[in-house]
Amino acid sequence: MRFRFWDGYQGASFAELVESEFPQLRPDLSGLYAGDRQIPTAHGTTVIGVRYADGVLVAGDRLATMDYRVASRDIQKVYATDGYSLMAIAGAAGPSIEMARLLGIQFEHYEKIEGEQLELEGKANVLSGLIRQNLPAAMQGLVVVPIFAGYDRRRSTGRVWKYEITGGRYEEKEYESTGSGSLFARESLKKSYRANASREDVIRIVVEALTDAADEDRGTGGVDTLRGLYPTIKLATEAGIEDVGDEEIAGIYEQVIGSRRRSTS
Amino acid sequence: MSFPFYVSPEQMTQDKAEFARKGIARGKSLITLEYDDGIAMVAENPLNLSKIGEIYDRIAFAGVGKYSEFDRLRKMGVQYADVEGFRFSREDVRGKALANLFSQVIGDEFNRSMKPLEVEIVVAEVGEPQFVGHEKNAIYKVQFDGAIMDLHGYCVIGGSVENLQGHMESHFRSNLPLGDALRLGREALMRAENGNPDLPPESLEICLLERQRRGRKFRRLSADELRGILGL
Repeated sequence: MRFRFWDGYQGASFAELVESEFPQLRPDLSGLYAGDRQIPTAHGTTVIGVRYADGVLVAGDRLATMDYRVASRDIQKVYATDGYSLMAIAGAAGPSIEMARLLGIQFEHYEKIEGEQLELEGKANVLSGLIRQNLPAAMQGLVVVPIFAGYDRRRSTGRVWKYEITGGRYEEKEYESTGSGSLFARESLKKSYRANASREDVIRIVVEALTDAADEDRGTGGVDTLRGLYPTIKLATEAGIEDVGDEEIAGIYEQVIGSRRRSTS
Repeated sequence: MSFPFYVSPEQMTQDKAEFARKGIARGKSLITLEYDDGIAMVAENPLNLSKIGEIYDRIAFAGVGKYSEFDRLRKMGVQYADVEGFRFSREDVRGKALANLFSQVIGDEFNRSMKPLEVEIVVAEVGEPQFVGHEKNAIYKVQFDGAIMDLHGYCVIGGSVENLQGHMESHFRSNLPLGDALRLGREALMRAENGNPDLPPESLEICLLERQRRGRKFRRLSADELRGILGL
């Protein structure tokens, strides 16, 4: 690794730094198609972002699939990309996780170089750029469709964005879900969503939506009581990022299931 | 075609060193010192252009001399740290390697270019008690000619170093509480020949590497926080 003093890259973008100075660190994945058959890779399934009274909630189930098999039962799909923003991944797990990692480094790098944090909108835009860069790989099946959300400290509100593979991004006023079970999760959210829900209510709404998605979509993992695996739920509020603990999720899940359980007789 | 006059290597090195020293001596001073729960960097700097910056989780940078030059070094340090952390793991980014990089770059500039860099820099790395092999603090100072020093306790760079060094030598003790350490740093800075004899918090730039903080341990103190800590 050679770092040049005067004539090296001088901007504040980590992705551009790597691209211009150390291209060997960002390999081209577009050759993954072998003939007409794609090499199987792990895929993540359902993730959700919801605005609520204190900010925004982002959640994801824990299952990753490879074709019709389980690739991982406890994958992490929701990442804190800095102290106030979250990214949830759906799609090809490998590139998605790498993208979340790169995004976190990108925010930190900018903050250190410039001495100031990017605005939330600027952060959402950075992710657009990364998705656009991934387009050749996406055309080969390695699609990354994340949700980006965070607490906007200038406007004192939570915000959530969805993306498409071209890098296009759309801000959602209420909620968004992507991944294989997202259709069912959105149908569920459509009925239960309320503006300005409390912390407890929004967690219940999301646990219900994930349960519905897991019920209808075989690729979405619900709550795995056998192994004690619960969905990941993170909140971004004025106080920063909060992880909702498994015990709290377990309690709410019991309530949801309790109200749906039918007697056997 | 004309040939330049012959200048002996000794003469050239001496001239360059004198030039760099002069440039640095014109500027204000900066003190890095260990306290009971981390490392503090204290500078007289009423401007918005900072001399102290975050490099990585446990590593901070400080520079004196020509702003454009040491700030370019700082940015290079951030690039180095983020690339190495991306390539390997966050724990693999260490202060010693970074200080060596700075030493090499500054030394090369001194030897090869007509004008040496008019800077002096410090790389500080706070120890992580829970992490075997990374427990100790480290302070590295790199001079305008690339000479690198490994220091313990405290380090003074910038103009009128002798006055400050003397004050630190007689008053510094290890494991000072944060308030005492910052007061000592401020008192030392007020002894500088070109310094302000009564430094208000607004004219101080103070950054900490706090050992107890999780993840990124660097924190910049605001003038209000500083007033509270110093009891001014």
